[in-house]
Amino acid sequence: MRVAGKGQIDQSTPISFTFDGIQYRGFVGDTVASALLANDIRLMARSFKYHRPRGVLTAGSEEPNALMTVGRDGATDPNVRATVQEIYEGLELRSQNAWPSLEYDVMAVNDLASPFLGAGFYYKTFMWPRAFWERVYEPIIRRAAGLGALSGEKQSDKYERAYAHCDVLVIGAGPAGLMAALKAAKSGADVILADEDSVMGGRLNSETFEVDGQTGADWAAGIVEQMREMDNVRLMTRTTVSGVYDQGTFGALERVNHHTSVRDGKAPLETFWRIVAKQSILAAGAIERPIAFQNNDRPGIMTAGAVRSYLNRWGVAPGKAITIFANNDDAHRTAMDMLAAGVHVAAVIDSRFNVQALGDYTLIKGAYVCGTKGRKGLETITVRTSTGTQSISTDCLAMSGGWNPTVHLTCHMNGRPTWREDIASFVPTEGTIPNMTVAGACNGDFSTHACLRAGLEAATKAVTALGKTPGEIDAPQSEDTAYKMEPLWAVPGKGRAWVDFQNDVLVKDVKQAAVENFRSVEHMKRYTTQGMATDQGKNSNVTALALLADATGRGIPETGTTTFRPPYSPIAMAAFGAGAEGKGFAPERKTTSHMATIEDGAPMMEAGLWYRPSYFPIKGEKTWRQSCDREVGYVRNAVGVCDVSTLGKIDIQGPDAAELLDFVYTNMFSSLKVGRVRYGLMLREDGYVMDDGTTARLSGTHFVMTTTTAAAGAVMRHLEFATQVLRPELDVRLMSVTEQWAQFAVAGPQSRELLNGLLDQTLDNETWPFMACGDVSISGVKGRLFRISYSGEHAYEIAVPARYGDSLFRTLTAKTTEMAGGPYGVEALNVLRIEKGFITHAEIHGRVTAFDIGMGRMISAKKDCIGKTMAARDGLLDEGRERLMGFKPVGAVKQLTAGAHLYNEGDEATAELDKGYLTSVAFSPTLGHFMALGFVRGGPERLGDRLRMVDYMRQIETIVEVCDPVFFDPKGERTRG
Amino acid sequence: MRLSCPICGERDIREFYYQGADVALNRPAPDAGDDAWQDYVYLRDNQPGEHRDLWQHESGCGSWIVVSRNTVTHEVSGAKLAKEMKRAKA
Repeated sequence: MRVAGKGQIDQSTPISFTFDGIQYRGFVGDTVASALLANDIRLMARSFKYHRPRGVLTAGSEEPNALMTVGRDGATDPNVRATVQEIYEGLELRSQNAWPSLEYDVMAVNDLASPFLGAGFYYKTFMWPRAFWERVYEPIIRRAAGLGALSGEKQSDKYERAYAHCDVLVIGAGPAGLMAALKAAKSGADVILADEDSVMGGRLNSETFEVDGQTGADWAAGIVEQMREMDNVRLMTRTTVSGVYDQGTFGALERVNHHTSVRDGKAPLETFWRIVAKQSILAAGAIERPIAFQNNDRPGIMTAGAVRSYLNRWGVAPGKAITIFANNDDAHRTAMDMLAAGVHVAAVIDSRFNVQALGDYTLIKGAYVCGTKGRKGLETITVRTSTGTQSISTDCLAMSGGWNPTVHLTCHMNGRPTWREDIASFVPTEGTIPNMTVAGACNGDFSTHACLRAGLEAATKAVTALGKTPGEIDAPQSEDTAYKMEPLWAVPGKGRAWVDFQNDVLVKDVKQAAVENFRSVEHMKRYTTQGMATDQGKNSNVTALALLADATGRGIPETGTTTFRPPYSPIAMAAFGAGAEGKGFAPERKTTSHMATIEDGAPMMEAGLWYRPSYFPIKGEKTWRQSCDREVGYVRNAVGVCDVSTLGKIDIQGPDAAELLDFVYTNMFSSLKVGRVRYGLMLREDGYVMDDGTTARLSGTHFVMTTTTAAAGAVMRHLEFATQVLRPELDVRLMSVTEQWAQFAVAGPQSRELLNGLLDQTLDNETWPFMACGDVSISGVKGRLFRISYSGEHAYEIAVPARYGDSLFRTLTAKTTEMAGGPYGVEALNVLRIEKGFITHAEIHGRVTAFDIGMGRMISAKKDCIGKTMAARDGLLDEGRERLMGFKPVGAVKQLTAGAHLYNEGDEATAELDKGYLTSVAFSPTLGHFMALGFVRGGPERLGDRLRMVDYMRQIETIVEVCDPVFFDPKGERTRG
Repeated sequence: MRLSCPICGERDIREFYYQGADVALNRPAPDAGDDAWQDYVYLRDNQPGEHRDLWQHESGCGSWIVVSRNTVTHEVSGAKLAKEMKRAKA
């Protein structure tokens, strides 16, 4: 219920939202948790394993219990913490992990079976029969246990990524963080102040302390206003710094739009930031720890600090009769604040004997809460003292086992925290993160004044390291009481006492782990699953390892902690991957002929990032093969045109250009005449084939190299490596011009006739023989012409500056069509080259040598080149190696498949007897049968042999004959014609 | 992670291509023998600590650089143009 006159939120305008279909009211600034508590709703969720009724435990991002699902369909967001989600008009929430409803959950039967469901139960219970593991047990376990579920639909919300740089990143905007940020900013540093809450101020918004004569909340708001006026400060609310990485890099999740109903498609739901900071100040605060006692998980039992937050910040009393159970002075302030607000405090139970009441309330010293009642909400507690037990009626128990500094980020780079006996908790070890200073409660400073001072000192350290003079600011007057506590981890006694609320891990589970010799904290964690839920043990880690230390007879420092890893709190994969899905993952590269090709109805295929036409269907054709066969016919009988712009083109210029080519190609290029093209083979330094292509000499000092489409980037990098790292003395420069030139193959017996009707000059066989190249002019546009052929026909490649590509392609398409030809796609291109035995990366796949593909003699004896020495190793020249050959079907089955393996006839198809494999397969319309390129042991020695071809994947088997890899026009007469 | 390109300044790691140890600066003569070539092409020390690696600022100026970094502390202590280091050796 709301308490009149309390809270900092504006209570003038109510807003409504629904939870499981029931409408509730709250105010702007409410979280789901505060609004539901204001409506006296305590039951908010069911637990993971036992389906226990659960309410809210905390008031922050560490909440383990109150998880809900927001939104529907593609915008479904499961496991949203009610303590983090702000309400807005129309917000819809659903409970999760309960059936048929939150009130009556059938799976709560698990709770009755709990004696059989302890730590490691599934290792022991679901053993036999083995066949049941995946099909029976796992589905049952997965259905029975769990949290929220994804919709299974495509994400419809927008997520973004962003980058920021600053001098000082301040993490956390409580008293320490605010003070540190203000001082760093006033010292002239560029500051980013990030806080996970919607309002800056940290605990100042939850306590009644005064700072500088104002309420803590007002003081904090004033400091924030001061910084808002400064150009060198970026204030980031709702932003969780989630991870620390090398070189002062931080990951941070900004929850941009979770607090509004606005989904206009413009602003993202979340933004994942990478922030680079020269200095950082961690002021992450502390998290209060629960105490383990019997049935300590009932709705209505929460941390003492959370109860103060609901009262002081949101004006909500979480109960009508409050009890408090603590081992420290701090929790007594919950009683004081409640009394001041007029809420009944039934009793304060303190485990210590040496303690005084701060005000007018019943204090039971040296006592424990040893049991609770109330199935769906707390009704009574049982209190045990040395003289006996008593029952107290209460609907809200505020518990406090002390405070744990939030050390997580200081451990993200392998650092381990240090145990501090006086506060019975871990604090950061100095120097674990370079250039990070730790200040305030996360460093064990628990008074407001100590936090303010530590913030100022941290800022001084950070700005001094930046070479700036620290500004003069004094710490304002504020509370400076000592933090007094005596450790209390678990109340002794029988029954189930929860340590990890989110994964339903009990005190007895931790003890069981120790008994079964899982004594290492890392083993205990995995055996019990303690700390492995989405809260990553923020509420349970220190307690669990204190219990483990006790059970194994070791001290806490010796027991150690598990490893804290990023992210600090859960982050949706959509936020991590923002910008890297769809086209962000694989950008599209389109050729200049793309539009014309699409208009022609050609289906496109991907070639790396490029899009190329598979084939150009015409009316009446029902299969791709019909189109492909027709297009092959164009090239063999008339003339075809194909966009080959995707091949890499590298412009190479300089006095030593020829020498560079001699060094990177196996064969000679310095002897190439100007106006001529030569085929070149390129090796890696280990002697295997890297790539192939043609290079044209345009002048004495100017070459243009083409690479395969697939290896264009790698070859460019390789050439830069050769010129900068291996041969920096060469005077030569390289430039990728792949996208600057549109290049088209014009292939077929009538290609010259076509070009003669297009170019501003006339071609003949004397001035333009096979492998000639040079400048040409097309309707006044300067271009380049290369008489090269990848089809074995009389053919050319014509290149124009890219801006003329679309026009030239349309012109060529029209002209070829007039001459009983037309455009052809990659399928026909592939058939044409296989008919000629020309290789692609299907053949030069990284494990073949020049020798293997029958090009051993292309390695020039007259010069050194990359890969030459290693290619000469004995093993790489063995006649018995798998070597390139052609194959044609001679068995009953006439189909060949790429990837099929080869065996001797009569041999079993086993790995030991493998003789080779097929790499490229096509049906040749020219020859009227299937043909293949592939590798077979012994290569030419097997010419004419029959082999067994087996394709296990497609269940195809036949007999093939080994033949020459050149199926068509072996003398190459057509090319030269 | 960021590297300092001698031409472009400090840039994000995603702009760089990683090659490996800087032994490539010491390419043996063709007749240096099997052992020298085996060392050059295949054998790499992988001791924790100071490493000198070849990287290319592929999405930037295209420079090949030699980066000194510590594989234990992840500290990057410097970067020089491979071209200049090679020339200095000659």
